[in-house]
Amino acid sequence: MATDAFVPRGPALQATPRGGIALFWQKYGSSYLFMAPFLAFFVVFVIAPVVTAMALSFTYFNVLESPRFIGWSNYKLLFLEDDVFVIAIGNTLKFAIITGPIGFFLSFMFAWLINPLKLKTPLALCFYAPSITGAVAMGVVWKIVFSGDRYGYLNNWLLGIGAIDEPYMFLAEQAAIMPVIMFVALWMSMGTGFLVFLAGLQTVPTDLYEAGKMDGIKNPLQEVWYITLPMIKPQLLFGSVMAVVAGFSVFEVATSLAGLPSPLYAGHTIVAHMYDFAFIRFEMGYATTVAVFLFALTFGLGRLLMRTLSSKNEY
Amino acid sequence: MTAIAQRAIPYDDPLPRLWRAVRRASPAPSYLFLIPMAVFSMLPIVYVISTAFKPLEELLLFPPPFLVRRPTLDNFQDLLLATDALSVPFTRYLFNSVFVVVTTVLLQVLICSMCAYPLSKARVLPGRNVIFGSIVAALMFAPQVTRIPQYLVVQKLGLIDTYGALILPAIAWSYGLFMMKQFMDNSVPNELIEAARVDGAPEWTIFWKIVMPNVAPAWNTLLIFGFIQMWNDSFSPLVFTRSEAMKTVSVAMISLTNGPAAIARQGAQAAAAFLMTAPTITVFLLRQAKVIQTMAHSGIKA
Repeated sequence: MATDAFVPRGPALQATPRGGIALFWQKYGSSYLFMAPFLAFFVVFVIAPVVTAMALSFTYFNVLESPRFIGWSNYKLLFLEDDVFVIAIGNTLKFAIITGPIGFFLSFMFAWLINPLKLKTPLALCFYAPSITGAVAMGVVWKIVFSGDRYGYLNNWLLGIGAIDEPYMFLAEQAAIMPVIMFVALWMSMGTGFLVFLAGLQTVPTDLYEAGKMDGIKNPLQEVWYITLPMIKPQLLFGSVMAVVAGFSVFEVATSLAGLPSPLYAGHTIVAHMYDFAFIRFEMGYATTVAVFLFALTFGLGRLLMRTLSSKNEY
Repeated sequence: MTAIAQRAIPYDDPLPRLWRAVRRASPAPSYLFLIPMAVFSMLPIVYVISTAFKPLEELLLFPPPFLVRRPTLDNFQDLLLATDALSVPFTRYLFNSVFVVVTTVLLQVLICSMCAYPLSKARVLPGRNVIFGSIVAALMFAPQVTRIPQYLVVQKLGLIDTYGALILPAIAWSYGLFMMKQFMDNSVPNELIEAARVDGAPEWTIFWKIVMPNVAPAWNTLLIFGFIQMWNDSFSPLVFTRSEAMKTVSVAMISLTNGPAAIARQGAQAAAAFLMTAPTITVFLLRQAKVIQTMAHSGIKA
């Protein structure tokens, strides 16, 4: 790239009187040039589709015919008549409220524990492994563990120690499906957040800890609270937003374990509902309505998190 | 933060030094707790690797033995030579995957970092709140549904069935941008950038020589995420391409697991699952070691 295009923004240059646009370009041009490639792709492949999705939520669209405007009908159907959607919201909320905070806490705890260790790369790989293999490959492993007959590893073991008399259908009993899904999700929750925390911990200068000791920090818990957490606040914010989005868009774990649709919709989630209408029934209009609802929900919660966590001044 | 750092004068107080020594010398409790957890966490990878080497009779046992008893390479031979379940050679899928993923990830990380730099460090930037706000908003849109209208866009641009359809939509990566900005906010001292500007360094030099080395853990981590995400993604190649010669390994995996020959191909499936996982582990190990190494050596003071 030609370096000439980037005008240095020194005070000397700003002092020269010029026309409005030229001055504006001189001051901010290089910033916009840096952002231009991303913004171009962002507008074409993200903004345009999101706006289209919002527009489609007011239509009946079955992919084959062109969309037909039907006003608020999809929304009315969603909130007033769709009983399955109510189940999906319940399951998703239960999942997000339980696994979100626990997963976030575990990610930080493991990252913090392994950070000072010599074997941190191999240990990090071990904890990150479930995220690498992906939900489908893991579904295979966990299905064998939770299999409903005597040959499932868990049933086999429980029968062996005499805890149960006959095999329990972990993936078919309504009461067991969500707990099993949450367990597996927690087990694979050392993903993005975990690695981001680990990278963040690397950037905390070690002399801060020594300085902290001079200032009277007595134990590791104080050290975490007064030095580590404030220093990796941006990573924590990122991790929490990711946890919220991941919690509310739970889908692959649920469907790979319980199927789609799951028995009595016991493992049905908001995204599963959306997927059902989009790619099985091809009712794209209604599917985008579900998507817009999900978007409003995660967006609201995300804003709330950002506001509470990023009180710090932005440069 | 700077207030604390300034007080970091050399000291000879024996007590903190003792505590430091104790903390460094006793990782044993951590290891006692972490190693069993790590082993438990590793189970899926162990299962995938061990299954790939199982001979047919072990694959057909139920419940399947967790570890392989008599390892064999038959499954790989089966996968690479017999192509009756796949209409193009497996190596073609492999090439597509490698080409698409490497190109995308490099572009993603470069373009996201470039955009994050002014968003994080420009003193005044008209429109910053609108731009960053919409990127954060995009972060919260479930990716599954933007894919539907994304298809319409890709089609309009005439990209269907090209590598462009697989690469271009993935480049504006809101996660990547958000993360780079967060890291730049905290890990790149503003004084460093100001000093370089006073010296008359062009913005590109500041970005490439000062900002990027300072956020090396961030972009190394992004390389890992991007690679794993793109490598495992089967949705884009399924929806955005038509001819078999344009599909990737993740799609071949689906054909192997869902096709009519699925039961008979258990061994090939396991071998494909292994080939799917091996590159991601390699990339992880290479980049994660880099994350740790760069920080240990650069000795950056905030």
